[in-house]
Amino acid sequence: MKNKKYLMIIAGLLFGGLAAYMTKLGNPGNMGICVACFYRDIAGALGFHQAAVVQYLRPEIMGLCLGAFLSALFFGEFRARGGSNPLVRFLLGVFIMIGALVFLGCPVRAVIRLAGGDLNALSAIAGIVVGALIGIYFLRRGFNLGRANSTYKTAGYLMPLLMVVLLLFAIFQPQFIFNSVKGPGSMHAPLVIALVVGLIIGMLAQKTRMCFVGGWRDLFLVKDSYLFSGIAAFFVGALVVNFLTGAVNIGFEGQPVAHTNQLWSFMGMVLCGLGCTLLGGCPLRQTILAAEGDTDASVTILGIVAGAAVSHNFLLASSGTGTGVFGPTAVVTGLVFLCCIGFFMSETA
Amino acid sequence: MSLEIDVRGLSCPIPVVKTKQAMEKSPADTIVVLLETEVSKENVMRLAENQGYRSKVEQAGNEYKLILEPGSK
Repeated sequence: MKNKKYLMIIAGLLFGGLAAYMTKLGNPGNMGICVACFYRDIAGALGFHQAAVVQYLRPEIMGLCLGAFLSALFFGEFRARGGSNPLVRFLLGVFIMIGALVFLGCPVRAVIRLAGGDLNALSAIAGIVVGALIGIYFLRRGFNLGRANSTYKTAGYLMPLLMVVLLLFAIFQPQFIFNSVKGPGSMHAPLVIALVVGLIIGMLAQKTRMCFVGGWRDLFLVKDSYLFSGIAAFFVGALVVNFLTGAVNIGFEGQPVAHTNQLWSFMGMVLCGLGCTLLGGCPLRQTILAAEGDTDASVTILGIVAGAAVSHNFLLASSGTGTGVFGPTAVVTGLVFLCCIGFFMSETA
Repeated sequence: MSLEIDVRGLSCPIPVVKTKQAMEKSPADTIVVLLETEVSKENVMRLAENQGYRSKVEQAGNEYKLILEPGSK
């Protein structure tokens, strides 16, 4: 068990360091690898939303999934399974994305932003913790999404296959793919480097089970710091690289791809943290699970992509100037919905 | 006395939550946990270790049977 923790710490340091360095290679500031932002960019590249500044097929995501897929095959951990309330998981995916895009970052980027000196991330991390605590209340009360069953291997291969298709689109750029010419979507590391970094992180995340919500959850739920050690190491890795590259800018104002509305940064991430706790993992972890053959996690990812489209099409997503017109309404709606799911989908209900 | 929990097909952290609740409810009993994935097995074994239980694993095909015996803690 001790060896596993060392591996987690090494993986966290490496992931954090690589994520921070990706901004030097072209990715947007304090967005080295943001899983939510990158699904949002992919949704834009596919034309699911028309926010012209956030459209790009991020190869990091394909790398994450394919790296985890190879790792799962290599270690004999690939198991096709599914059938644990896919519709509910899809909707939870939609709402965790809405919450993340009100803050402007997933639980991974919250830590990256903090490691870049963006103190607005503190409200978001507080939100993740509160969301996880509400989720723990429902878990202890008997919440679960029901049992999954083993299924055809073919079904388990579909999400990795979809990622290969996206990768081919990224390489060959058919004319229906959108690419931002300005804004965060136009800022990116070279494709091959992004893919390789994604593959490495995907393999490490698969082997270590790294999760940026599960880490906080387990601290409170079972007083276990294994997953949290990955988050802490990630923060240290990103901070060290940011210091070495001069990318630390401590403060609230003028942070890259960020706003300063603390209330809705907090509330957005309460929604995201609660949704991830009900789902059993953050968007990164869902990607890894999908790669291991979990078709329910694959449906969650489709929900995340739909959530990105909804966020931008319905004016929910924040921008550098503040929250979207309907962002706060959507967060409150999401919290009510998630609490109903947590309350009623319980063995004691 | 031994207590059996069947968490096959349930995704994490549910196997850990159910095992922990069984440990709290019956601290002196041996707990047998039936589960399917490597991840669930690792998580429940880590919980058992942290709670001072001795654990034994039996594998049959894709399924695991964990036998958790309360220790000195």
